[in-house]
Amino acid sequence: MIRFENVTFAYEKGKPVVQSVSFHVQRGETVGLIGANGAGKSTVMKLLLGLAGPGAGVSKQFFDGTILVDGLEVLPAHIAGIREKLGFVLQNSDNQMFMPTVLEDMMFGLLNSGMTRQEAEERVDSTLESLGLMDLKYLYNHKISGGEKRMAAVATVLAMEPEVLLMDEPTSALDPYNRRVVIRAINSLPQTKIITSHDLDMIYDTCSRVILLAGGKVAADGPAREILRDEKLLTANRMELPLRFQGA
Amino acid sequence: MSRTIDQSIHDLREMDELAAKASPIHAVSAAAKLLVTVVYILIVVSFDKYNMSGLLFMVFYPAVLFAVSEVPVMTCLYKLRFVLPLVCAVGVLNPFLDRTPAFPIGSFVVTTGMISMVTLMVKGVFCLAASFLLMATTRIEAVCGVLRKIHVPQILVTLLLLTYRYAAVLAEEVSVMTKAYSLRAPGQKGIHYTAWGSFLGQLLLRSMDRAEELYSSMLLRGYRGEFYYSEERAGSARDAAYAAVWILFFIAARNVNLTQLLGMLVTR
Repeated sequence: MIRFENVTFAYEKGKPVVQSVSFHVQRGETVGLIGANGAGKSTVMKLLLGLAGPGAGVSKQFFDGTILVDGLEVLPAHIAGIREKLGFVLQNSDNQMFMPTVLEDMMFGLLNSGMTRQEAEERVDSTLESLGLMDLKYLYNHKISGGEKRMAAVATVLAMEPEVLLMDEPTSALDPYNRRVVIRAINSLPQTKIITSHDLDMIYDTCSRVILLAGGKVAADGPAREILRDEKLLTANRMELPLRFQGA
Repeated sequence: MSRTIDQSIHDLREMDELAAKASPIHAVSAAAKLLVTVVYILIVVSFDKYNMSGLLFMVFYPAVLFAVSEVPVMTCLYKLRFVLPLVCAVGVLNPFLDRTPAFPIGSFVVTTGMISMVTLMVKGVFCLAASFLLMATTRIEAVCGVLRKIHVPQILVTLLLLTYRYAAVLAEEVSVMTKAYSLRAPGQKGIHYTAWGSFLGQLLLRSMDRAEELYSSMLLRGYRGEFYYSEERAGSARDAAYAAVWILFFIAARNVNLTQLLGMLVTR
């Protein structure tokens, strides 16, 4: 579904932030992208979304390699089609929910995709219904709690029916209850998912596979249950064991 | 200071909430309301500067709208508190420049300069009230939708909409920064001028970061430079009647001095 082949990218010439990164995500897989601050997680996401690199029209001197989404290379010519397949949930839901109400926010993407208002509202209803969030439909974004806002942000993306869901720190700044709600929601979604987070317990609960980035390179790629229990590997890459394994 | 900013954020959001109310005025199409507002402003502005009595009848429009739309008059006055003094200051020199006697009230002589000053003030207040009522009874997306339909350039309409939406984002950043500042400068009123430069620089950078994320979020949901203004519906006969009745009333008020007519009827 998603393929990174020997991808190298630099914002400044000679200072690559991603170096020779290669991985392949199968359809239906849930992959955790982990790494210390500055490891290159956000850049990998941006490259995939076409917000940086070749998809954003960056010249070849800053980029090398190939990124494919469902067989389409991430290039400006394909970016509209690629973005229809990808749904991105931002870390800060306030930056995602820019319309006044949950309904209008969810309608925004649907209307952009050419739906009529009626079709879009039907899709909004079915999405909210499936997530058990119907009571949020007419609420103002500034009046809902952090957890509700995060779920609403997920709903705005799911309404677009993406094939791949990309999530940046989906549980940050959430209380334990809402964190659990989000984890349950992630596990119930059938899409291919790539999740970046420092919350390794959440990654352990949601991802079958983990890609560990360090200094812009892939330091490890394998089953979550192996990598997230490997204290030596995590410590060597400025990370720690998930809390559940600490002191065990 | 941060309380004032929080209040501004609240004010901005309150406009959205007012516009989402359900009243007969809210139900009228944005196109009809926009047309009526524009005609109202043009006619109010066109009154002669000494025609105070004729102008007074134009109060009927905002008065009816305030009553029917259930938008509180006090909310309007409160939100316009910074603009109203400026509008009122427009003709403040007229009594000094134009001292022609108009009529006496006891021993006090009212000059034409005084009349023109009051007329200008009233015109300003009426125009502001009409604009406020348009925004308080119509969603910004619907107004923008109408502007696009009448071929106002897309760039201008998008700029208007995003400025409206980003204003709250900018205010939120200012609020966070002023709170952080005041916590480390207890007892200090406002922000010391020595910190203004770095404060503004930080504000710019933070706003740009947030604006970039917002824009990315829009791009990722298919935004290609054109908003789809879902709010606007096709006009109905009721909308046409609403516009026609008001415009006819404005034209009548402009051409016949209804205040004088009413006075004559009462005194006859």
